[in-house]
Amino acid sequence: MIVGKQKPLDDIWNRVKEFEKLLVFGCNTCVAVCHEGGNKEAEILASLLRMRATQENVSIDIRNSGIERQCEHEFFETAEKEIEWADAVLSIACGVGVQFMVKRYPLLRVYPGLDTTFMGDVEKPGLFTESCQACGKCILDLTAGICVMSRCAKRLLNGPCGGSTKGKCEISKEVDCAWQLVVDRLETLGNLDEFVKVIPLKDWSTNRDGGPRKLIHEDLET
Amino acid sequence: MNTKTPSKLEKILAAGHMAVTSECGPPRGSNPEAITKKAEMIRNHVDAINITDNQTSVTRLCSLAACIRLKLMGVEPVLQMVTRDRNRIALQSDILGAASFDIHNILCLTGDHQSFGDCPQGQNVHDLDSIQLIQTVRHMRDEGKFIGGDDIQRPPSMFVGAAANPFADPFHIRALRLAKKVNAGVEFIQTQCIYNLDRFEKWMEMVRDLGLTEKVFILAGLTPFKSAGMAKYMKNRVPGMDVPDEVVSRMAETPKEKQAEEGINICVESIERLKELPGVAGFHIMAIEWEEKVPEIVERTGLYPRPQVS
Repeated sequence: MIVGKQKPLDDIWNRVKEFEKLLVFGCNTCVAVCHEGGNKEAEILASLLRMRATQENVSIDIRNSGIERQCEHEFFETAEKEIEWADAVLSIACGVGVQFMVKRYPLLRVYPGLDTTFMGDVEKPGLFTESCQACGKCILDLTAGICVMSRCAKRLLNGPCGGSTKGKCEISKEVDCAWQLVVDRLETLGNLDEFVKVIPLKDWSTNRDGGPRKLIHEDLET
Repeated sequence: MNTKTPSKLEKILAAGHMAVTSECGPPRGSNPEAITKKAEMIRNHVDAINITDNQTSVTRLCSLAACIRLKLMGVEPVLQMVTRDRNRIALQSDILGAASFDIHNILCLTGDHQSFGDCPQGQNVHDLDSIQLIQTVRHMRDEGKFIGGDDIQRPPSMFVGAAANPFADPFHIRALRLAKKVNAGVEFIQTQCIYNLDRFEKWMEMVRDLGLTEKVFILAGLTPFKSAGMAKYMKNRVPGMDVPDEVVSRMAETPKEKQAEEGINICVESIERLKELPGVAGFHIMAIEWEEKVPEIVERTGLYPRPQVS
């Protein structure tokens, strides 16, 4: 899932305070799971902004709403009236959702209320961990199922580097060395021989480097 | 004697001599004397001098330009090249630039993470990793081709090296990782600074068991301590460094005015012990901002005068 983190309230406030009618708009799928951008968080953020407006004596009507997903047309129907009412929308979806609204409503001002941080998993309640970079060509079969693209700070295809210490990365004792995890898993599976094979140069053209990416299913296009 | 390049370092190793290399860090400015002065201090006592490539991710004068300075004064450079800052276009381009000045040694490295340096907010590239850079240089040299497959006119003729850190974790795969570098085509290794000689000897035993000392020349890396403070710093702050407590105590128990001398003594004793270790083909003496001490270390360990090869 996509993980995000709300921008600092000061930054949000300075971006939106000039408007008269502001809609704080949640996205109730990925970023709701990480408790940052769902409809409930939209309600809380709207309250905080209203309090701020009162404190600073600014006249601004702030409402909140949300839909299941801001990245698909079909979910917008229930919120059309509120969106029409607003001068500006503070979307707390990921960057995909914000841009989808920009595309859908060419004349509406839409601002991001979240920083989209990574694609990750829910390791345990309250802990979200990056685990994929969408490089466009999965190599998990070569690295014992550990994504070194996202989990090694140097994205080494032939690690571990000389900075790996006691299972941790040289950048921080809080960060696991991805290649230690690879080695551990290869050993558990009895495949340490795999480690000696050199993983060849990566084709980055499927990554961001190759330009914006698209997936087309012609049979489903309307 | 079977050599593949005009590298003096390769010739000395191939002839069976113990090689001695050292390194100089380029300045944080554009004054070329910062390089040439250091090189003058040690040129007669070493076979080649490494120039570091923005070590610890701190921006400095570039390794290639500094290597050219050495070349112009008749000193053999080892061009250090990290994969952190350049993509495959820039790496190949710099290799050709170095080759155009007949720089015949390259050390392929990943580089420290940029968070240690003066631009922690910068991007890191790592289009290739160090092992893939080894492959790339060998491909350019041996096949005479770019990564993209086109022919290179006047391909580089470089003796290809890499680093090895026997002290990083997981320890038991450190010899296997060297095997991986050998598979990629590495020809010489300069190791991380050795303070834990027992662990180094254990690593060398694993390396010998894999038959790697028949395939690659291993230069043992040493850095003399200037002070007890430096020993503590290296122990606690430098990633992948293994400084045993007894070495730190030996420095700490030495009176301050004698600590520098004791640091040199430890370095000399280490070299004397490692000279006897099967598979050690030479020494890489990294006297950080203390280059003037290299001649003394080389002389005291009987590694002077340096062999002449042609």
